Amino acid sequence: MAELVEAGASLRSARLRISAALWRRPWLKLGLLLAAPVLAFAVVYLGALVSLFVSAFWQIDAFTAAVIHKWTLDNFKTLWNDHTYWRITGRTIGIAAAVTVTDAVLAFPLAYFMARLATPRLRALLFIAVLLPLWSSYLVRIYAWRTILAKDGALNWFLNGIGLPDTGLAYTNTAMWIVFSYVWLPFMVLPVYAALERIPDSYLEASQDLGAKGSRTLRSVILPLALPGIVAGSIFTFSLTLGDFITPALVGGAGSSFIGNVVHDKVGQPDIPFAAAFATVPVVVMAIYLLIARRLGAFDAV
Amino acid sequence: MSRIKRRYLAWAALGLLTGALAVAAAGCGGGSSSSSKSSNSTTTVGPASIGKGEGALNLIEWPYYSDPSFANKFIQQTGCKIHRKDAGSSNEMVALMRAGGGGGGGQWDLVSASGDASLRLIRGGDVKPVNIKLIPSWNDFIPIFKSPAHNTVNGVHYGVSLQWGPNVLLYNKTKIKPGPTSWGALYDPKYKGQITIPNNPIQIADAAFYLMHSQPDLGIKDPYELNKKQFDATIALLKKQRKLVKLYWNYDTDGRAAFANGDVSLGAIWPADTAALQQKGVPVKEVIPSVGATGWADTWMLAKKAPHPNCAYLWMKYVTTPKPEAQQALIFRETPVNPKACPIMDKMEAGSCAKFHLNEPLPYYNTIKFWKTPIPQCGNGKNDCMDYNAWQTAWTQVTG
Repeated sequence: MAELVEAGASLRSARLRISAALWRRPWLKLGLLLAAPVLAFAVVYLGALVSLFVSAFWQIDAFTAAVIHKWTLDNFKTLWNDHTYWRITGRTIGIAAAVTVTDAVLAFPLAYFMARLATPRLRALLFIAVLLPLWSSYLVRIYAWRTILAKDGALNWFLNGIGLPDTGLAYTNTAMWIVFSYVWLPFMVLPVYAALERIPDSYLEASQDLGAKGSRTLRSVILPLALPGIVAGSIFTFSLTLGDFITPALVGGAGSSFIGNVVHDKVGQPDIPFAAAFATVPVVVMAIYLLIARRLGAFDAV
Repeated sequence: MSRIKRRYLAWAALGLLTGALAVAAAGCGGGSSSSSKSSNSTTTVGPASIGKGEGALNLIEWPYYSDPSFANKFIQQTGCKIHRKDAGSSNEMVALMRAGGGGGGGQWDLVSASGDASLRLIRGGDVKPVNIKLIPSWNDFIPIFKSPAHNTVNGVHYGVSLQWGPNVLLYNKTKIKPGPTSWGALYDPKYKGQITIPNNPIQIADAAFYLMHSQPDLGIKDPYELNKKQFDATIALLKKQRKLVKLYWNYDTDGRAAFANGDVSLGAIWPADTAALQQKGVPVKEVIPSVGATGWADTWMLAKKAPHPNCAYLWMKYVTTPKPEAQQALIFRETPVNPKACPIMDKMEAGSCAKFHLNEPLPYYNTIKFWKTPIPQCGNGKNDCMDYNAWQTAWTQVTG
């Protein structure tokens, strides 16, 4: 018994010594706390990104398709000179932008209703409704849309039933736009909801007291305060669309290739250096987008 | 935050970045030393005999290509436990074989490569020569599959042929009347918006095959050996075709779904898909126009770094015998390379041997132009043919 008490005491004193040492050297505490995540970030994340950039400047041997480790700008020259890659990049960015705008327009009224008008019970139900699609696989939802949009699918069956003609939406860029807007919508609703919820009621009352009508309050008070949330959501919808290759492969038709599809094909060829070179394009686009987003205050905590 | 702290942080960030760069460079360097290899090891022809199985066999294969219905017997006989890795496309197979430093990465033993992938694997040094004497059924093969150009280079075998089939023209009987009889249907504006085509650069050969017969003055002899002029004419045709195409299918199951949902009613696809669609009650019919067709032939190829070579040889020996050949053919609706499978096929499904063209006279096989990876050397002494890289680039330009 006495031994146990003694052991407990020495353990306690050791612990005290360690905590005192950590208290005296705050940088050590911080270092221990951050070592694992920082290491993972540096090695796994930055390492992968750096190796991507490095291999973009290599080439493959035309005969064996083995990678030649000689520095060259040829991949980037090809990307610049062949209008095919401009067309594909333009399509990718264009659809990503269209999806972002669509999701913002759809999400704002819904998020506003959830944040400011709905009863707590209804709000919980709406939250479940918004998040419910995320419970099933992304792939399942895309296949479901393919079935809906098919010529003999649910949508045309419904339209024909009420006397309207077929839509002909299957395997088109419009189909991609619809499916993307659907699968990324929750990622827009949540940040916009968070932004709208934080607006104090007193601001809206003050606006009314000063004689502003509903539309004026919306324009001058609510929208500016919700903007960081919309921009934050747009980072998700834009970047997720920009990097996708599954939706174009499954619901896109002739002339629906995204950057990701070309990268996928080139990896399979295999021409890893060219794939890496083309894969740097979305990285650059995202960097520019994030700079603009920062200007608009997406990263400012209110 | 004080200035000193700030500088401290900046140094830390710089250190981390340098570390990341070093790690990345080391990783790339390591990969390079093991992937720089050559394929001209013509002197080695593999082992003199097959040793005892190692107890395991790792396969990269078309989904379910080692179907349990015939693979289980092999496992019982040899004790080689099979680990499957399904690959949905030729590109996926090549990518899997190239991963981990190439040659199968020391993980994979065999790959069921089609003709559009096999030469890439040979030339990349990912597969090694096979001693064909250890595979007795080889002597019985249909002659053109003994040493076909897609798996045998300078008389050295890099694997053993397995099964083959034509690429067929499929159409919906209720929507396309009268039924098409020529490959020209796939380039006919009449069918705009109803056509589906495989999304694969090797598909350029289909257009070249059509031009071979419709424009003989181009002088195309082999749809996989195209000089610049012939290639440009083919790509021009494909660019016109793109306006008619509804879907470039990535996996044949996607092409199948488009037929089943009524989105397309005409297209190029495989016999297995015809069978699957007909089984579902979709009113489709396949035709092989009288001029012939392009086709595919699969080869079990031996990975350079195969960890279980004995089991690999045992498998190549087993799957080319008549019984498994017949079983596999009927499951995948394809044709064996071993004609001795014919009576067994007929016993399992009456008339199937003739249906899958296993008992055809030799001239028949000359009407099927089998997939092979395009290379600059095309048999005329000049190196003026367009290589696979050019095919892939042009295909992106057409479809992207």
